[in-house]
Amino acid sequence: MLTSEEIEKIEHEISLVPVRKAACVEALKVVQQHRGWVSDDTLKAVAEFMEMSTAELDSVATFYNLIYRQPVGRHVILICDSVSCWVMGYENVREVLSDKLGIQYGQTTPDGKFTMLPNVCLGCCDHAPALMIDNDLYHDITPEKLDEILAKYA
Amino acid sequence: METPLTQHIVANRPPLSLKEYEQVGGYQSVRKVLKQMTPAEVTELVKASNLKGRGGAGFSTGMKWSFVPMDVPGPKYLICNADEMEPGTFKDRLLLEGNPHQLIEGMIVAAYAIQANVSYVFLRWAYKLAAHEITKAIQEAYDAGYLGKNILGTGFNLDMHLHTGVGRYICGEETALINALQGKRANPRAKPPFPQVSGLYGKPTIVNNVETLSCLPHIVNNGAEWFKGLSKSEDSGTKLYGVSGKVKRPGTWELPMGITVRELLEEYAGGMKDDVQFRGLLPGGASTDFLVEEHLDLKMDYPSITKAGSRMGTGTMIVLDDKTCPVGFVLNLQHFFAQESCGFCTPCRDGLPWVEKILLAMERGEGKPEHMNILEFHTQFLGPGNTFCALAPGAMEPLQSALKYFRADFERHITEHKCPWK
Amino acid sequence: MATIYIDDKPFEVPEGKNLLETCLNLKEDLPYFCWHPAMGSVGACRQCAVTVYKDENDKVGRLMMSCMEPVRDGMRLSIKNQQAKDFRNNVIGWLMTNHPHDCAVCDEGGSCHLQDMTVMTGHTYRKYSFDKKTYRNQYLGPFLNHEMNRCIQCYRCVRYYKDYAGGKDLDVFGAHNHLYFGRAEEGVLESEFSGNLAEVCPTGVFTDKTLKQHYTRKWDLTTAPSVCHHCSLGCNTIAGERYGTLRNITTRYNGEVNGYFLCDRGRFGYEFVNSAARIRKPLVRSQLPEATTKEHALQEAAGMISKGRVIGIGSPRASVESNFVLKTLVGEDNFYLGVSEPDHDLVEFNLRVLRETKAHILSLREVEKCDAVLILGEDLTNTAPMLALAVRQSVRQQPLEEVAALKIPLWQDAAARELIQDKKGPLYIATFNPTKLDEVATEIFNATPAEIARLGFAIANKITGQPSEVNDLGKAEEDLAAQIAEALLLAKRPAIISGTHGGRESIIKAAANIANALHDKGKEAGIMLTAPECNSMGLDMLGSHRLESAFAVMEHGEADTVIILENDLYRRACSDEVNKFFEQCKNVIVLDHLHTPTTERANVLLSAGTFAESDGTLVNNEGRAQRFYQVYPTSEDLQESWRWLMQLGAAIEHKQMLGWSTFDDILPAIVVAHPELKGIERVTPSADFRIAGQKIPRETHRFSGRTSMNAGMNVSEPKPQEDPDSPLTFTMEGYRGQAPSSIIPFFWSPGWNSQQAINKYQEEIGGPLHGGDPGIRMIEKTEQSIGTHFSEAPEHFQPLADHLFMVPVYHTFGSEELSAQAPAIAQLTPEPYLILNVTDALELKLEEGQHLTFKIGELMYHLPIKISMTITRGTAGLPVGLPGVPFAELPGWAILNKDLIWKQKPQAIS
Ligand SMILES: Cc1cc2nc3c(=O)[nH]c(=O)nc-3n(C[C@H](O)[C@H](O)[C@H](O)COP(=O)(O)O)c2cc1C
Ligand code: SF4
Ligand code: FES
Repeated sequence: MLTSEEIEKIEHEISLVPVRKAACVEALKVVQQHRGWVSDDTLKAVAEFMEMSTAELDSVATFYNLIYRQPVGRHVILICDSVSCWVMGYENVREVLSDKLGIQYGQTTPDGKFTMLPNVCLGCCDHAPALMIDNDLYHDITPEKLDEILAKYA
Repeated sequence: METPLTQHIVANRPPLSLKEYEQVGGYQSVRKVLKQMTPAEVTELVKASNLKGRGGAGFSTGMKWSFVPMDVPGPKYLICNADEMEPGTFKDRLLLEGNPHQLIEGMIVAAYAIQANVSYVFLRWAYKLAAHEITKAIQEAYDAGYLGKNILGTGFNLDMHLHTGVGRYICGEETALINALQGKRANPRAKPPFPQVSGLYGKPTIVNNVETLSCLPHIVNNGAEWFKGLSKSEDSGTKLYGVSGKVKRPGTWELPMGITVRELLEEYAGGMKDDVQFRGLLPGGASTDFLVEEHLDLKMDYPSITKAGSRMGTGTMIVLDDKTCPVGFVLNLQHFFAQESCGFCTPCRDGLPWVEKILLAMERGEGKPEHMNILEFHTQFLGPGNTFCALAPGAMEPLQSALKYFRADFERHITEHKCPWK
Repeated sequence: MATIYIDDKPFEVPEGKNLLETCLNLKEDLPYFCWHPAMGSVGACRQCAVTVYKDENDKVGRLMMSCMEPVRDGMRLSIKNQQAKDFRNNVIGWLMTNHPHDCAVCDEGGSCHLQDMTVMTGHTYRKYSFDKKTYRNQYLGPFLNHEMNRCIQCYRCVRYYKDYAGGKDLDVFGAHNHLYFGRAEEGVLESEFSGNLAEVCPTGVFTDKTLKQHYTRKWDLTTAPSVCHHCSLGCNTIAGERYGTLRNITTRYNGEVNGYFLCDRGRFGYEFVNSAARIRKPLVRSQLPEATTKEHALQEAAGMISKGRVIGIGSPRASVESNFVLKTLVGEDNFYLGVSEPDHDLVEFNLRVLRETKAHILSLREVEKCDAVLILGEDLTNTAPMLALAVRQSVRQQPLEEVAALKIPLWQDAAARELIQDKKGPLYIATFNPTKLDEVATEIFNATPAEIARLGFAIANKITGQPSEVNDLGKAEEDLAAQIAEALLLAKRPAIISGTHGGRESIIKAAANIANALHDKGKEAGIMLTAPECNSMGLDMLGSHRLESAFAVMEHGEADTVIILENDLYRRACSDEVNKFFEQCKNVIVLDHLHTPTTERANVLLSAGTFAESDGTLVNNEGRAQRFYQVYPTSEDLQESWRWLMQLGAAIEHKQMLGWSTFDDILPAIVVAHPELKGIERVTPSADFRIAGQKIPRETHRFSGRTSMNAGMNVSEPKPQEDPDSPLTFTMEGYRGQAPSSIIPFFWSPGWNSQQAINKYQEEIGGPLHGGDPGIRMIEKTEQSIGTHFSEAPEHFQPLADHLFMVPVYHTFGSEELSAQAPAIAQLTPEPYLILNVTDALELKLEEGQHLTFKIGELMYHLPIKISMTITRGTAGLPVGLPGVPFAELPGWAILNKDLIWKQKPQAIS
């Protein structure tokens, strides 16, 4: 089930820790990077590889909000919903974005391109509001800037 | 004015490479401690410098190290807490992205002091640039022999790994962080035993904040007295301060410890934006009590802010203005805390969502007079010691102070059956 | 000792414990949830808050979680103080924000820890006015019901299931207040100890599914102290009845035996009592299809006995009393132990070893505290499940010493586990096949019975330093023996566990040698031997002839009538032999609970009460005599075997049985006839025991419906049936206080309706019940213990061409006769199969699942194979006792012959 590339990366993570299981979050990150999310089958495969029970690994996986146990779009938009961004009016940005994409938090656009999720403070409060798409951070967002930003994601 | 931590950080320029960093005196402290000092001397020096942890709690760093049992066999660990997720906090990012070698240097000093041979940087997922810079810097440090086996021929070994998290604010709590590093659910652990005795994999472990660790090379190079002299107050050193909210120039600055709130707000952040008035601020992140007008001349150091009934926390303030609803402000915070509760202990897991629901009801005009009492008892009962860790007590700080300073605003929500700001 | 002040009153208490446990020891009512006496503290629920003061001048104090604070001398705390009370009240308030208000329809109601704590904290009014969360529930198998809405997130279930019992398939998912306690996906819980969740969970999330099918509130059950009949360990249980059906089994705490837990076989096996296959009335075959009255059946049987030459066959699953009365009735010379030939020898040998050993005879609970364990020949999870659970605790003992060295209290559960990581103390397992315990073992040795015994002998030699008695021992075995010997010698309290399920005396001999050798080296060594059934030991202590001889006697015409006590002979000997035996019997009188192939042969069938309908004593594997009590009155057609037999005795005017009419009449006679059973008469108070002139009620004072429950049959409330055999009554009237430990029918204390009331019955939390734990050991080490050294280590196992050496394989669910008849257990009973070595399978050209035909003795078998990498070549594993697997003497040879052709003909036994 796991690809040799994934296995290689996971093995590397395992080599860095004294206890095999300690690399389980890293292992989940590796497969998520390759597959976008962690399906039940993927989870089982990782669990087996990590010598953990499915329940034990899922217990860890479901604790962390950035391990996706449901399918997400090709690009994940994380909107900072914490206090500085709130003061600076992120809700307006979110609503406009929501209208543009036709999705709410937790949903994926019908073309499978974007998933929109709330996220805690992105540590960019002096340039609020902020959001991240995949690995890219955007700050000082205004509704007007959204089209330009979205256009970068083909 | 000296700004040791940020002197080599230039906006929009990549951080110094190892070579460049060495040219400005980088890694001198490593040479010094490894070659000239015993671990105990390093700890004593840091104790003498009166460096207090910059992660929020302000506990003496040297003191913390001194609790590590030095005579037990087996590994010890050093962890850099770079999980910065406290709303309104964006100071560690500056150091991580701006001068990773300074952090690594500090970590080597700390690791030597406690004789740890393995260290981790626990970095929050969202700090992509920081991850990139640190990865590069760690590699450079290995290549230059500052990390790895037999560092500088002294026989001291230290490995360093970067671990990026996968969300959850609670991972910043040091014992939860340790669980997260062990690939577990990030529930905090009970203390005692403290991590200094039984931390990562049950071994002695020190967790220090990025800023704390970044101070160390300078203390080693310039001495404890110099470090104390940087400050304008009884707390020593400089501090990274930040301001966000509707101010003219939000940002981060390294300033002497003990600068006043007003200086920060008015001189550095440029005062309130033109169309708004100041109402209050959280001095050091989301889990600190509001300060208001009367507190503006307080020194921003640990004892002064504590005396005023708040906490210095991370030293990055969030400003509330008159065009922003204080109930909505607190609701946003409580939503954050409720959601980021790990779910282990009852008051936090079930109390915070209740608080959030009440505030939401108030915002929707559905608040009831009895809700005030319920909010009050939460502030009373979610205090330190009553919950498993400091998350819920932290959550109660802005709430209890808001109830004190902005009580009328809460009551208006109830009597007017709406949010007056909407 | 330390002095602490609770609400200004001084108490002398031991140091080192936490405040919660200390307060509970002092019988204070202090609420808690996440703490569990067997699992320690984690500080999750925050329910146990008390106010702790710095000193006597401190009037404010500070809230602390009592379960997380160690006792310190001079400490001052308050339980009653307003701040602590308010906080505890609010904790319930928080828990209630999502807990449904469904007590009225909740299975836990009336025995709910949450309910008790809610009342105790005084939380009466709900302040929370928002919506509650709801969850989807999971199918978890035949034993447990899942109702997640009721969860209060105390984490006890996962801590018990994963940390304590080693389960893998139950966990907590999600975070903040979206937590889910269950499986990753629906399905049968894998642990053999899952049923304890119903007691560990303080609310109605995990509840007994078998009880749900005939649900009754705890307070409406008629209950009695009982002893599990489903393996040799003799775990203490409470059996509950209503309307003539047995409703559930719960744990009866015994500080020396099972502690707080039971295995699932023991908890859910009870359903056989309600089986449709029950024999509820006596039958006389010649009269069929007319119904038979009790008098008629007795008369018929008495006629057979007085005319015939009678033999009696006893049973290891019948009480000492029933066996003894049968033995008395037929006379010592005519009494035969109804056990297979191998069991006969093995149990006898067990008894000899226990009588002679110089090592300490361990109790089940003591095994938990042993710091090195060697298991020889037993797959404990399947032969003595609770012993496997105890061994799981033992592997923590050595690592826990590190915790203690760091001055971290052992009850600091999370801290202790973190410090230990996955370090395990020494556990060595030598079995035929892999076992579930292997995952916590240091080394595993899978081999034939002979090789296991050889290893054992070698270990003993290594310990004593004597030259090896084992011929041509291999290098690997030699090294392993040395390693094990060293580990055992390094331990403080090493335990040797073996027993009869390995099927070889030589294995038990080796175990005995090792235990004695360790003793001689000054170790506090312990030995524990399992036995085949719940009263194998008791039966053997009555001593008598072999079943084989009974067959011979009948064959030679020396007898013509047999009385078979609670026994299916087809499970004791090969069906051909048993058939032949029955053909030679003129009269067959059988006493039993369920229809079996043996009852099919009965001329007179007497309806014998099960454990729930009987009084009796069982002697467990360690030689502990324990009494079980009749739970509910039965119709006169259904009665204890010993009572049937006494009545038969009376009918034929048996001299030795003159005047016998109640249970208490039997005990003195047993002691006279069998001095080695001395003490059995003191296991429980006699029937005339009274407290304040009163008997002990089997029903709670809240028992409802007494006047109406039988009104459908008779509107006038009948006089309650008397119990002539015990100091218990079948009613709610009687002494309300605590009964002596051996006759506690239910645990209840004011304000404590759930099982947690146990705290009030113990001398010390987790320690003995008040007045000592029930049960009396019939075998104790004495000065005379000679510690015989057994020689004659067996030779290497030699495979035989065209043969397979069959070794027994046991199943928690299915191998034991009575529990296998319980529907829930039956659902988890595997289909018959045969374990075959991979190379042997290859040679036989067989793939997984294909059938192999073979012959043991004269009996043909045809079973699908399971391929194993570990089982020794030339041997095969045959499941014992499973429906569809006829009896064979195991271990033993099977013939593989190409000419064997399996014909689909009905087996002698189905
Ligand atoms: C809920 C919670 C979140 C925390 N988050 C952080 C964090 O993101 N970064 C940090 O340095 N310390 C954080 N802390 C504080 C740490 O527990 C710990 O005190 C700190 O890392 C110690 O470093 P210092 O002594 O250098 O301050 C947090 C504490 C709590 C209770
Ligand atoms: S299911 Fe029961 S035992 Fe498990 S956390 Fe919930 S209330 Fe506690
Ligand atoms: S029993 Fe003490 S916190 Fe749960």
